[in-house]
Amino acid sequence: MTAVLFLAQRATAFVLALAVAIHLGTILYATRGGLTAADILARTHSNGAFALFYGLFVLAVAIHAPIGLRNILREWTSWHGRSLDVALSLFSLLLFVLGLRAVIAVYSA
Amino acid sequence: MTDTLRVDIWRGTESGQFQLFAIPRREHQTVLDVVTEIQREHDATLSYRFACRVGMCGSCAMVVNGRPRWTCRTRVRDVVDDGEPLRLEPLRNFTVVKDLAVEMTQFFDKWKAAQGYFEPGAEPANDFTVVPPATTERQAADAGIECIGCGVCYSACDVVAWDKDYLGPAALNRAWTLVNDVRDQAQSARLDAVSGSEGCQACHTHMSCTTFCPKAIAPTYSIAGLKRAVLRRGLRGVL
Repeated sequence: MTAVLFLAQRATAFVLALAVAIHLGTILYATRGGLTAADILARTHSNGAFALFYGLFVLAVAIHAPIGLRNILREWTSWHGRSLDVALSLFSLLLFVLGLRAVIAVYSA
Repeated sequence: MTDTLRVDIWRGTESGQFQLFAIPRREHQTVLDVVTEIQREHDATLSYRFACRVGMCGSCAMVVNGRPRWTCRTRVRDVVDDGEPLRLEPLRNFTVVKDLAVEMTQFFDKWKAAQGYFEPGAEPANDFTVVPPATTERQAADAGIECIGCGVCYSACDVVAWDKDYLGPAALNRAWTLVNDVRDQAQSARLDAVSGSEGCQACHTHMSCTTFCPKAIAPTYSIAGLKRAVLRRGLRGVL
């Protein structure tokens, strides 16, 4: 189990390193020319590449963040065992649902 | 050089206090010389552990001015400036038996838990195994094989301080030397043993073990090797 989580955290870190750079770079590039929110939404509307990229981003975050949080909680608190794993699985699901909701909202706006 | 050396020594077990001694400062005295002189001349109830006095057995390790060291191989002049006190504590992360002597059972139990022992298999080999010195495995094993189990790395490790069940650098280093032993017949079981929740993946790569190891071994690299070995096995489908 630990080995699976370790691999999942490293693999998603690799995805996030690229995705965060593209995400920030795009924000800086897009806002430089004075685009409004409406202009941006017009470009992301029904844009499959946008939805795929941010869908992958959300998935990577939902896997990566709870594993890191689990490690921190295990080291710094006495919270171990099944209840911790269940709580962080729910947290992972929450991140995934909220993130995907935002992606769908922007895609279909 | 001042004539007198002030020495603060931990007295007690988990609870206790420092006791101040003053002894003559000598040109080449080691920290172990200091402790021995105090025990013989000032307070015979002072407890500490030593055996060889020449850096072979590893039993005299203590925390000297905040850093884990072999006291027999540490000259006083190298750790305190003239006039400054010497502060001696038992190794960190161990249960203190009394004063400067610690209980090492848990430390060595973790070597067992990490399968830090050679497993020849059910059938003994018919002949000597030829292990060429130039092979990658032999060189990786050589890099970690000189550990004498002094506990300095274990004392230095912050992950052990946070999580008492973490196997620790010495046990994982020993496991890595065996992962590279081509004769060993328990490779899969060993990788299981070192990749539980208290195993190699818990290492933060702080490198305190590598910094303080008196034998200049790098347990951090051994642990990184274990992570790679577990990952390789996982990618082959045996997670």
